[in-house]
Order: sequence, then structure tokens, then C-alpha cells
Amino acid sequence: MTNSIEDMKEAKAFLVIGSNTTEQHPIIGLNIRKAVREGAKLIVADPRCIDLAARADIYMSIKPGTNIALLNGLAHIILKEGLEDKEFIAARTEGFDEWRAVVEQYTPERVSEITGVPVDRLYEAARLYASTKPATLVYAMGITQHTSGHQGVQACANLQLLTGNMGIRGGGLNPLRGQNNVQGACDMGCLPDFFPGYQRVTDEKAREKFAQAWGARFGDKPGLTIVEMLNAAEQGRLKALYVTGENPVMSDPDSRHAIHCLESLDFLVVQDIFLSETARLADVVLPAASFAEKAGTFTNTERRVQLIRPAIDPPGEARPDWEIVADLARRTLKALGQTPEGPYAGWDYASPAQIMDEVAALTPIYGGIRHSRLENGGIQWPCPSPDHLGTPILHVGKFSRGLGKFNPVEYIPSAETPNEAYPLILTTGRRLEHYHTGTMTRRVDGLNKLAPEERVEINTDDAARLGIADGDWVIVESRRGRVKVRAAVGRRCRPGVVFMTFHFAEALGNVLTHAALDPVSRIPEFKVAAVRVQKA
Amino acid sequence: MTITLTVDGKKVTVEDGATILDAAKKAGVYIPTLCADEDLLPFGACRLCLVEVQGDRRPMLPACTTPATDGMVVRTSSPIIDKTRRNVVELLLSDHPEDCLTCPQNNRCELQRVAAYVGVRTNRFRGEKHAYPIDDSNPFYRRDLDRCVLCGKCVRTCDEVQQLGAINFAYRGFRTKIATVLDRPVATSTCESCGQCVDKCPVGALYPEAWLRYGLPTRETKTICSYCGVGCGLILQTRGNTVVGVRGDPDNPVNRGRTCVKGRFGYEFINHPDRLKKPLIKRDGAFVEATWDEALDLVAQRLAAVVRESGPDAVALLTSARCTSEENYLLQKFARGVLGTHNVDHCARL
Amino acid sequence: MYSDYASLRAWAESEIARTRPADRTRILVGLGTCGIAAGGLDVLAALREKLADMPVSAEIVPVGCIGMCFEEPLVDIVRPGEPRICYAKVTPKSIPTILEEHLLHNNVRKDLAFAVIGDEPYDGVPAWKQLPFFATQRRTVLRNCGFIDPESVAEYIVHDGYAALAKALFEMTPESVIEEVKRSGLRGRGGAGFPTGMKWAFCRQSPGEHKYVICNADEGDPGAFMNRSVLEGDPHSVLEGLIIAAYAIGADHGYIYCRAEYPLAIVRLRKALEQARALGLLGERIFGTDFSFDVTIKEGAGAFVCGEETALMASIEGKRGMPRPRPPFPAQKGLWGQPTNINNVETLNNIPPIILNGADWFAAVGTEKSKGTKTFALTGKVVNSSLIEVPFGMTLREVIFGVGGGIANGRQFKAAQTGGPSGGCLSSEHLDWPIDYETLTKAGSIMGSGGLVVMDDSTCMVDVARFFLNFTQSESCGKCIPCRLGTKRMLEILERIVAGQGKMEDIDLLLELGETVKLGSLCGLGQTAPNPVLSTIRYFRDEYEAHIKEHRCPAKVCKALITYRISEEKCTGCTLCARNCPVNAISGERKKVHVIDPAVCTRCDTCRQVCNFDAVLVD
Repeated sequence: MTNSIEDMKEAKAFLVIGSNTTEQHPIIGLNIRKAVREGAKLIVADPRCIDLAARADIYMSIKPGTNIALLNGLAHIILKEGLEDKEFIAARTEGFDEWRAVVEQYTPERVSEITGVPVDRLYEAARLYASTKPATLVYAMGITQHTSGHQGVQACANLQLLTGNMGIRGGGLNPLRGQNNVQGACDMGCLPDFFPGYQRVTDEKAREKFAQAWGARFGDKPGLTIVEMLNAAEQGRLKALYVTGENPVMSDPDSRHAIHCLESLDFLVVQDIFLSETARLADVVLPAASFAEKAGTFTNTERRVQLIRPAIDPPGEARPDWEIVADLARRTLKALGQTPEGPYAGWDYASPAQIMDEVAALTPIYGGIRHSRLENGGIQWPCPSPDHLGTPILHVGKFSRGLGKFNPVEYIPSAETPNEAYPLILTTGRRLEHYHTGTMTRRVDGLNKLAPEERVEINTDDAARLGIADGDWVIVESRRGRVKVRAAVGRRCRPGVVFMTFHFAEALGNVLTHAALDPVSRIPEFKVAAVRVQKA
Repeated sequence: MTITLTVDGKKVTVEDGATILDAAKKAGVYIPTLCADEDLLPFGACRLCLVEVQGDRRPMLPACTTPATDGMVVRTSSPIIDKTRRNVVELLLSDHPEDCLTCPQNNRCELQRVAAYVGVRTNRFRGEKHAYPIDDSNPFYRRDLDRCVLCGKCVRTCDEVQQLGAINFAYRGFRTKIATVLDRPVATSTCESCGQCVDKCPVGALYPEAWLRYGLPTRETKTICSYCGVGCGLILQTRGNTVVGVRGDPDNPVNRGRTCVKGRFGYEFINHPDRLKKPLIKRDGAFVEATWDEALDLVAQRLAAVVRESGPDAVALLTSARCTSEENYLLQKFARGVLGTHNVDHCARL
Repeated sequence: MYSDYASLRAWAESEIARTRPADRTRILVGLGTCGIAAGGLDVLAALREKLADMPVSAEIVPVGCIGMCFEEPLVDIVRPGEPRICYAKVTPKSIPTILEEHLLHNNVRKDLAFAVIGDEPYDGVPAWKQLPFFATQRRTVLRNCGFIDPESVAEYIVHDGYAALAKALFEMTPESVIEEVKRSGLRGRGGAGFPTGMKWAFCRQSPGEHKYVICNADEGDPGAFMNRSVLEGDPHSVLEGLIIAAYAIGADHGYIYCRAEYPLAIVRLRKALEQARALGLLGERIFGTDFSFDVTIKEGAGAFVCGEETALMASIEGKRGMPRPRPPFPAQKGLWGQPTNINNVETLNNIPPIILNGADWFAAVGTEKSKGTKTFALTGKVVNSSLIEVPFGMTLREVIFGVGGGIANGRQFKAAQTGGPSGGCLSSEHLDWPIDYETLTKAGSIMGSGGLVVMDDSTCMVDVARFFLNFTQSESCGKCIPCRLGTKRMLEILERIVAGQGKMEDIDLLLELGETVKLGSLCGLGQTAPNPVLSTIRYFRDEYEAHIKEHRCPAKVCKALITYRISEEKCTGCTLCARNCPVNAISGERKKVHVIDPAVCTRCDTCRQVCNFDAVLVD
């Protein structure tokens, strides 16, 4: 998020696109609900009539995979009506004219045709959004999990530049991160192309810095992403995989393929708190401590670094992951016969606080983060020095790259579009009561009672045509697999769209999803897969 | 602008807009309340906070809704105040079960505190008592309306905080109760099980199901939720090595005490019997328990062998968005610094 | 659309002339709810049927209640050049006689006629002002009720309707309107008696994006029907008052909150709103001025507490009708958080005459602190159950024994209850006290909205207290503890006393609880709920003690404390009582003395009521 959760309450308008906020980020959802009750305007674009859609001033029911056309279309109208923030564009951006030329192609009529949103509603939304300030744009995986995901993000950014909503309280570009520490894992360089703090592995200076610090040697090319790892395993290029706290069997697209890839490995280690679907395939399983049993930090979606504290001891012989990794590193170095030298080459850590000191020394955006500073509410990075108070809003007065850049982006159809054989679009997500692959929540009795099983949401009209009644067992089938599941018939999904989650191993949406990737972000297209549904 | 007033002889200065109750709190004067809550709008229902304001034509005023004014002289205790409060509590007790020792709210109950403060010693107002069935339709909390004092905190929390309105006052007079639409079990309502009403209930009318299984927690630990990316502050309540409850951390700037169903109630996995307790090594297709030395040496040797035989890029690490940043740092340091590969990723895209 | 009053009036007069030729006979039928309840619609049907057969042309005009509920159905005949003759207790059967005699034979039936609604007697029928019922009444609020067709705006206008609005808009500033109302001394007729002009001034001074005026027409007291009669009989007058209030305060929208149990009033209000809009008296640019204002009717769902201002506003906002503490006062933060002024129907009805005739005219009537007149729904054990309007300061005796005609069935006056369930019971010692706000409060009751229930010696005062408390308890919104539980426990104590299970300490407990409920409750409902109990203990403590100490109900009402028996001397053995007894508690052969089995008897009183020989005795 460029902005803070707290300053959302100053937003006068919200555009929520590709985020079912009240179910996926409930507390931020509450903030939006409250702001709307107190008079803020709400515009929602989503293929499902989610809770926020029902509370919205304007709800645009869009076809999955058409975000870019929609966002370009809104920009088109704003420009046509002269509602853009001319001062901001002139002073703080570049690339406007080039971008404008692209956006001019996105007439309301064409956009309506692509997205399924009526022309009038496009006008209403564009006018309302551009004339209400500050306006915040909130998005999540509904924007990013497409083969054109990174362009979707750019289209969002373009809209915020156009309306001058960057670098101000109550505005900003606000992606909501889906997992407790996904932000921290990215910040820490758990990405194939970045060292900690987004220092590129392709940058020689960065490589040198870490090589020296750790007394190590490594290549100058980015590594493999998850989906690429699995493919490399299948092809025999990847021999060993060490998985900590992940469950790719359930979370990755085309689940059957993922299992096949993992089975192709010579050696699989899984470190987890439960014997997950992935752990069952492992050669070695290492028992880890849960969040309640260890210290450290999580960084949330607004870049806030916060302390977690041990409340109890780990069960049995389970150990915190940091202890396991340090132990393993020492043993691996020994097995490799190496004794690296460097100021941070060692693996003897007394506490997570000491690890954070090392992070701070090597990571400018975390430069001022110390556990001792996090006791009361945490700090939002960038925090370059120990006396820095953190950065609640990014890009105030000046973008990190200087001027804000308009990136012209074109609508690209999804990799798999419906046809006669597979006439419906499957889009996936989570539900309020469960979380991700269900490893944790499906072990909470009460949550299982509230949401005991998977249901495929299907529109009443589609269901009627297929002879499906609410609660019927149906078969959902894609080119990659089939799942037997009960139907939830209603008007939540727009016609032509069905919805499933990936919480339930016994009826897993990811058996059906498509592993096509965005070429830049290399994110899989979870939000669009062509399926057919029939009565079981 | 500030206002200076006198509460029980103590001078206190408060911000404009503060109530007499705010001022009394600041002055360190206890005024009993059941319906007042800092997170909710003033309601004025319980009538326990009645105080006297010198010179006002009304004999008593509710402290929770009356704005403090400059020069105001407030008395929080007098024969008529004490008598009225005692009668109000006595009235409440006349329609309240007398089983404090076995009540799940025992020792956390505001009514106990208030009754002790006003000094109720008898009950002269015996009469009809409610006998509602307990609503156990929600797996996480119970509704025992026999204990309800109708302070409206749950209704207001659901409306003002959760913005939901799953419950409201229903019926009139003595029959007044908190109900869902059509007075059906709460599980059939729009309730999102966020548990915030449960945490606000001053008596044993709403209590976590877990309280039936556990007594008071012995320790509380502040931490951060392990589910979505919002990063809500939670307080884990423990007894020995068991997590017995969770409440929202009121001091956390992100959630300010608010919770969702997963954060508030989704903690049972921590103590689940399925938890892995020993390293496992697969031998002949089946897992057998191993020591840490066996398991880690095996992993170290196998990884080292792959690096030596097929190069660093034949190894990859999947780190975890669920682990701490410190752990993720170490994992990528292990990949890059020890194994020498950039094959490190996690589920950011999933 | 009219931009001055003269042309509006000219339109109305031409309209009346067009539809009501002066040479045509008019027949006025009382079709307020009271008239309808008494059979007015059957009378109307009979009237239509008979007229169709007769060689005369006459116009039938439905009118509202003139107040003589005890004489309904009323049919008045006005022939060209003759005064208005009022026939009372008309039945479908008596219609042909009345019509034939009066219209064909020029024979006013003195035996059936009740009065001349006019200044002079006519043909042996007394003028209405000569009747004791009307002689001391003074009709300001009820000036049009029963006189005009409430569904005809033209008729309202020719009776000076909307002249006050025109005067306010064209000749007065909002401030001077408020000043006039202040000077008149008008106080709120809804119960508490707050000075209306001051209330308006507070609201006018409060800053707000919008301002609202609300007419509180949620008349909920049992036995009260003053507002209903006005809404049914003269809806435009309420509306005109509301528009003037809006002008004075600076409101741009108004609500009339009327209970849904008043369907006829709502129909007539809706019609009045449409008519006013069509004439430009409501909506954009009223009378062509810059002042715009419109009104929405909100139907209440039958909760007594919604008569309380803050609960009423919550109800309009779509919330549960529950009062909230003040401050903030409605004048500061009312409906939708905006400054809001709420006045009762009768208060608003007083506004047009005040503006038209001036504050001095209004203030000339009444007492020092209570100016003008007050309507009362006079009910109970009084001869003339009726809707009346009397000047403040008239004594209770003058009202009950003068206007009301005294106690029915020749019994003794015991008590009068004012202010509905929130009021108190006054005893014979108060009969010569003047009726005004302060005096009633001093006596432990309240003015309330105008319910006046007269009780005779067959009324048990403990039972009366129990009845009213049962009402307030079941209508308590349940929000605050003293009201919800305090009234419940008080009610239980009273139930014990009337069942003969009371203890002497119970009286002290009632007094203590009563004080707690009065002092502790959040809103007016709770703060006044103990009044019936406290006032009956104050004035009729002996009755409580008789119930408790002697297990005796002096009025012979409380079922647990009375037994029914049949007098051997008086019983003729007619079997009527035995045949009517719903529980077969009476046995006896024809022409022999009957006997009541006390174990079976439910003391329903049916036998006593049906007995033609006063043979059923209550001990």
C-alpha cells in the first residue's frame, strides 16, 4: 500500500476493484464500510456482487479478465470530460501524452462491450470518482492474478496519477496483501530476482555487497519462481526442493500437475506445523513452531513492521523456523566443506532481534528497524535510520523514481476464454471463514461448522439452464481436471461466471485453474479458467 | 478549547465535547456504568451513572451523555444518587440468575463490580424472571439472554463497529430482548462471527464457547494475527501451554481492538493434536520419527550432494509468507549464501 | 398557483359557488371515526337511498366530529335561508321520517332534533350555544371541525384558511412570526407544555444544513382522540400551522408522523397535501415567494413510545423507536442529525388563528401561565362522552358537571384522570382547582395531551393504577432499566394487592420504586409512568389499605376479593343469568331462586349486567 490503513478514513471516495475486502481483509473492510456510512462514495468493480457491492454507490459487474479495459475506459471518460487533475499531471508525472493516445482508443461503447458494464454506469463511475477527492484505489488479487496482472496494476496506477490521488492522505494505490507476512517475505528478498529490500540480483553492486557480507558466491541471473520450479522439477533440471510453510499442492494452479512435478524431485524437504498435502510427498519433514510459539516480526500490507511474541512453547520437539534454518545452514556448510568469511557470514543467532539487526545493516528500507523500537505499534518502512519514524505515505511531494510515469497498457484477453465446450469462466478466491489452503482453519472445529464444505457459486440463470438447483451435486470440469462439489445457486456471481476456493482438499478449485503466467510478474491466472458445469 | 470542572471536589480539565463521565475518569473518580463504552456512542440506558450537577433544575443527570461545561460542579454520590443506583441494580438482579460462581463470566463481570460498588444487600423486588433457551447455534459463542442486562453494547457494536446490524432490540416492556431478524437463532442471521459483541458484553449473556471448557487465562501475550495481510494486533490468552482465548489488541494502530472471525476464534489449530512434534524421515514409503540430528544431517548431506553433483541451481527454496521476516531473511540467505542459488520464492503470487 | 391571498380566496369562493349553489339544501353527516363507529355509514347509505326517492335536490357533505360523540350519528340539515338543524342519534330507520318531515313537510322534528348550530333557537329547537354542553366551550382548535368538509380545500379557504400563511409570508419575517407565537403564550399541547415560541427560536438559531419540522400525530394515550378528530375534521389547519412553523424556523422539509391506526386521518392528510401542492401552498416557491417546503407523511407502527420526540425521530429514520438522551436536543441535532422542531397536532392547529388574530387575542383567554384553550377527550363515567375545548382556568367541576353533564347513572364522582397513562388521578378535593399546566403538576398529575377520564364510585383506584401501569409497562421500549424493570415490579406488586396478597410494606415499596423510576428513567414515558400509582396512593391510600388489610375491594371490582350471589328476595327465576353465564356457574330451576357456585364463577359480571331485577349482588 502506498498509504496507511488509518488514513483510509479520510478518503472521500473508494474504488474497490478485484478485492472482496470484507471477507479477505475484514478489518480494512470495516474501515470502508464505516467511511461509506459516514458519507464517502464507494465504487465497486467485481464479477461477484460481494458485500461491498451491495453497499456501493455504483456497482460495476465486470467480466473476469477485463480490468484493464475498464480502467482505461474510466480514464477515457475522465479525460473526455476534462475531470483530470491537470496541475498534478503537469507537475508530477511524465508519459502523459503517449498514454493518452492509448486511452483514447477505449471509448465507453467499446469498453462496455468488453467488460459488460453499461455505458451509463461507466460515465457515472468516472464522474463520481474524478470529482471526489481524495479518492483511494483498493485492489487485490482480482487485479494481479491474470496473465496481464502487471498491466492491471499499471492501469490502476495510471488512474490515480490522472486524478492526482498519489502522495496524499486518503488517496493512494493500495494493494491488499493476502497473507500475514507476504510483505515481509518479499521485503526480505524471498524472490528469485531480489535481495532483501528490493536490491536486484542483476545489480552488480548489490551482488557485491551481499557476497561480501555473507562471504558467498552466486550467479547474476534471477532464479526460478514457484511455477517455474515445478516445471524444472518435471524436466529434471531441479533435483531438490526445500519448502517451509507452503502447500503448493493446494495453492498452485493445476494441482494435479503440481503433484506430478513434486514427485519428480530427487529430494523434497518440507518444514511445517502440520503434515500438509505437500508434506506427505516429502522425504524429510521438519516440525516447526507456530506464530504463537516464537518471536520475530510480520510486515503487514501497509508496510508496518510489527513484533510477534511467544505465548507458549512449541509442541514436542518442534522448533522455530529460524533455529531450524540456522542449524541446517551450519550443517550444510560443514557438508559442503565451506567456512565462509564476512561480517554476516555466521549462523549463530541468539534471537530474532539479532537477525533483524543484520537485516537492518544490509537493507536500507529496514535500516532503522530494531525490535526494541517496535514495542508500541510498529514502524512503517521505508525507515532508513534508527531515528526515522517511518513512512506512512509513499510518494509525498516526489515519487521514488522522480516523476510518476503513465504506462500505456492495452487490454489483453485472458489466456483461456470460454468456448462451446467450456462455456463458463471459473474465478477463484477465499471465503471469510477459511484461509488459503485450509491447513490452519480446517483444523478449527467452529470454522468447519460455519463453513463445512466447498460450494461452487453459480448464477441462477446459468443454473436454471443447466437444471441445477441450490445444493445439488455438480461436476465442474476444465481442460485440466474435474471436481465434484455442491452448487450454491444465486445472484452473487454474474451470469457466465462460477466461483470456487482452494480451502478444501476434497473439492479443490486449483484442480481446475490454469497455470498460464503473467510474463513479467510470473503470477498464475487464477482468476480466469474456462470450465463446464453439469449435474453430478 | 478546554473545560475545567469539579468532580467530587477534584478540579479536572477536559477537552470541549467531553462528557461528565470522561471528566470523572480523568479525575480518577469511579462512576458505575454498564452501557458506556469508549468505542461506542453514548447510549444512556443503564442509568447507573446518574450524578448531581449543582444548580441544575433536574435532580440527577446521566454522566455518560451530559456534556461537561466550564465551572460545572458535579457530585457522584449523595443519598438520592446512591439510593437510585442501588435500586436500579437491585432491579437488574431481580431478573438475573443467582449463580455467579458457575457463570462463565465469573470474575470478569461488570454487574458483579457494580453490585459490589453500590452495595446491594437484599432483593426486595422478586418477581417474574426470564427463562430463555440458550442459543448455541454459533459454534464460537453462546447467547444466554437470561443474563442479559440489555445494555445494548452488542447491538451497538454490531451496528457501529461491524456495520452489520445482525441483532437489535426486539419486543417491548419486560419482554424486550436482543434478537436477530425474526428472532431466529443467531447462526441463521447475517452474523459474521467477529466476536466483538462477545468481548463487549459486560455480563455472561454472550461468552465464548471456549469459556465453558476453560477458566480464567493465566497470561496474556500481545502479538500479531497470523492470517491475512492486515496485521491486526491480537492478545493471546493462555493457561500453561494452551491458548484458551484471543482478544483484539485495543492499542494496536491497525485494528484498535477489532477482530474478524478468524483472528478472534481461529486459534484452535495451535493446540491441535495433528501438530508435528518430531522430525520425520520417509523410509520405504512411510514416515518414521527421527531425531533432529538425524533429520538435519540427512537434509544437509542431500542438499550438499545435489549442489556438488548438479550445481547450485538444481536446488530451490520455497519460503513462507506465514513465517517471520527474520526467518525469511535466513531462508534466502541460506539459498544464496550457503547453497549459492537465487531459486528462492514464496507464495506472494498465490 | 396563486401569488396573493385575495386571488386564492376568490378561486375558493367561486369553487364553492360552483359546487354548492346557495339555493340547494345541504345535509351534513358526521363521519369522523366516532360517527362511523356509531353507525354513520349506515345512516349515510340510508340517507342516499331515501334522497334518491324524494323529489328534492340536496347535497350530502361528510364532515368531521363536532365533539358530541355521545349523540352520534349526527345528521344536520341546512335548507336555503334556514339555520342548520342538528339531529342526534340518527339511525337508518329514523332517516326517512326526518327527511320527509323536514324536507317535504317543512316540519322540524323537535323531538329528534338536538340543537340549532347557529346563534338563535329555531322553531322550538335550542341554539347549540344555549346547551350546557356548548355554553362554556370555546372553539379555537375545533373551529372548523364538524363545520366544513375536511376534504374540500376551498371550504377551508373560505373559512379563512391559509390567510395566516399568507399573512406570515407577505407581512411578517420569520423572526416576527416567532415573536408573535412567543407573545401569545402558546405552550406545547403534547404534554410537557414547553413554550412553543421559544422552541421555535432555539431551532431557528441552531446551525444546520437542513432543518426539519415534524407534526407529532402519534396520539397514543388510551381514551384520547383529540388529535384524531382534528386531523379528520380539519387537516388543512394542521398543515397550515406546520407550514408557518417551517417558515418561522427555516425548515425545508416536514414530516407528519401519524399512527397507522388512524387510517381516515391519513387519507385526509394525504388529500390535503395534494390539494395544497396543487394550489402552490406547499412545495416549491409557496405563494410565489422564495420559501419552499414540502411534507412527507410517515405512518407509525403503533408504539406508544414513538410519541416521545427522540423515539419518533428514530422511527422516521427507520430505526427502532427508542428514545435517546438529551442533550443534544432535537432543536440542535434532531432528525438525520439536523436541527428539528416537533410540535403536536393541537399546537400547530393553534398557529393559524394566532397569526391571523394576533397574540393578544389568543392570550386574552386562559390563565396567567396557560393561555388559550385546551381540547379534552372526555370519557369514562360521565354523561357526555365527548370531544370538548375549554379555556384554561376552567375548573374540573365546570368541565365534568357542566360540559360533561355530570356523572352517568346518578353515581358519585370519585376521581378524574388526566394526562393518559402518564398522568395522575385527581380526587374530589381538586374539583374546584383550575385546569392549567402548573396546577395539574402540583396535584401530582400532568396536562398531557388531553385525555380526561372520569371515574365514579364503582371504580377501584388500585385497579386503575394497575391498568395504567400495565399499559406503560407493555409499551416501555425496554431501553432503560428503571422503566423496563421498575414498572414491571411495580405492576407485580399491584397485581398482588388486587389479588388480596399484598402486604403493608408493599405500599412503601411502590413509593420507593416509583421515585426511582421517576428520577432514573431516560425519557418522559418512564419519568411519568409511576404517576397513576403515586397519585392514587396519595389520594386513595384507604383503598390500598382495604385491599391489603381487609382483603376487600371497596369498589367491588377486584375479582379475587369479591363474590357474586343472587338475592333470594329479588330473583324471579327468569333463568336469564344462568343462560348467559359463560362458565355455567349458575344453577336453578325456572321460577326458583338461582344460585352461583363461587368455585366456578369467574366474576365476569355478565350475570349482573343481564339481570333485569338487580338480583345479582356483589360482596
